[in-house]
Amino acid sequence: MSGMNVPATIDQIFILFTHWAASFFPPAFRPLIGVLLGVAGIISVFPALFALTVLFERKGLGRIQNRYGPNRVGPFGLFQPIADGVKALIKEDIVPFSADAVVHFLAPIVFLTAVFMGYAVLPVGRNMELVNLDAGLLFFFAMSATSELSVFMAGWSSRNKFSLLGAMRAVAQMISYEVPLLLSSVAVVMIAGSLSLPKIIAQQNQYTGQFPHWYIFTPWGLAAAFMYAIAATAETNRSPFDLPEAESELTAGYHTEYSSMKFAMFFMSEYGNMITVGCVATLMFLGGWTSPFGNLIPLPNNIVLQALIPIFWFVLKVFSFLFLYVWVRGTLPRFRYDQLMNFGWRYLMPLAILNIVGTSFWLAYR
Amino acid sequence: MHLILFLVFAAFCLAGAVNLLLQSHPISSALSLVVVMTSLAVLYLLLGAEFLAAAQVIVYAGAIMVLFTFVVMLLNAGREERTLGSRAYAIVGFPAIVAILAVIATIILHTHGFGAVALRQGITSTQDLSRVLFTSLLLPFEVTSVLILIAILGAVALARRGDGERTAGN
Repeated sequence: MSGMNVPATIDQIFILFTHWAASFFPPAFRPLIGVLLGVAGIISVFPALFALTVLFERKGLGRIQNRYGPNRVGPFGLFQPIADGVKALIKEDIVPFSADAVVHFLAPIVFLTAVFMGYAVLPVGRNMELVNLDAGLLFFFAMSATSELSVFMAGWSSRNKFSLLGAMRAVAQMISYEVPLLLSSVAVVMIAGSLSLPKIIAQQNQYTGQFPHWYIFTPWGLAAAFMYAIAATAETNRSPFDLPEAESELTAGYHTEYSSMKFAMFFMSEYGNMITVGCVATLMFLGGWTSPFGNLIPLPNNIVLQALIPIFWFVLKVFSFLFLYVWVRGTLPRFRYDQLMNFGWRYLMPLAILNIVGTSFWLAYR
Repeated sequence: MHLILFLVFAAFCLAGAVNLLLQSHPISSALSLVVVMTSLAVLYLLLGAEFLAAAQVIVYAGAIMVLFTFVVMLLNAGREERTLGSRAYAIVGFPAIVAILAVIATIILHTHGFGAVALRQGITSTQDLSRVLFTSLLLPFEVTSVLILIAILGAVALARRGDGERTAGN
């Protein structure tokens, strides 16, 4: 067994950069500047990822449905997200007359803020996270629980039957599927012995020969990964669990009364949630930023390339998880509501609890 | 920086609590409760209790969502009716509450004798927390779990009996 031997200085690249940038300011402001730089980094990088994901989904769905997908703006339709963004920005922002103006205004902001706060604990490489919380995994789940709140705020404040119905559906679904989501991750926490995301990855960053110790290659890990993927699909209101916004029944669900940039913010937060959920799946089951080949590929001498390699693996894994999402959406029809609830409570939750029991035996008689 | 954050979120917390009492609509009150709980979570974070802060958000976000759904579906989300009430309640009530809270506060302060608590960078790790919870505080922990279980069973029993009566009545 041997860990991947990345030189110690490479992973400090962001920390060193922050220190260098903060040194231009008086000492009293340095901690604040450091934090602000990290936040600015997250706010600038993840929307780009969001734009890529939307394009990836539209192209992928097009491929599955035998059509081209967006291909007019820029080469291969690459600038389509920018065109969409401009369109959303210049449209008129309509607030319904009878809506609760304050809550209606706050709902998309709360949603997007929670999504961005979730990104703060995700490590994209060794030592490459904004904050290293000891209860990082729990913090992530806390932030995704906040999204339920904003969905309800949006649906209730719009004073519209479709909005409220969509919001009630969404809240019931998200609360139900949050249980198996948390329970399936308990198995990982038990084996890793920590709620801290860097520690969970460090546990998986070991190799038998060239074979990585990722949790998905263990029986309980594979089961937990399946349950996590299903629960996460429901948690992010994705097809085949996209009942909260079933167009044929509910117009658009909880964001029916939102237009312009506020609608775009909901759209962004939903895709942002997808990306975070994919990131956490990568961290918990697929070994995070670690390489699948161990020491088989020699490290390049270029220092920038060395810093980029873990990020490359991380993004590749996240996008393979997102591809699963697109694939499922293009293939499966939507569930009925009773099927959704039955599946969540009668099959997924008992299975997740069984998996925890199995994991305990694995731990006890290993 | 810690002090500024503390002041901001303590102010949020108090404003939320006052707003909770003043609002006449149940959902507005519940939304203010969310503000109170999340600001409390930030205060826990400032005291170095990460696990507690995250658990607070998960539990209360979930619990308050259930409350919301009940308000909308069962109570039909009406406004509270303002009763004028008797003047005696206002005259006796507020001093009585102040007196009771003062008694409770003095008792707690006397038994524990709290010193100053510093806002700090240090963090109580999840392992330390669980070690305390499962060794020296095991009995209170288990008793609380049983209490919650009883509450759940009671709620289920009440809900089921109501349902049975309705079908029997029909």
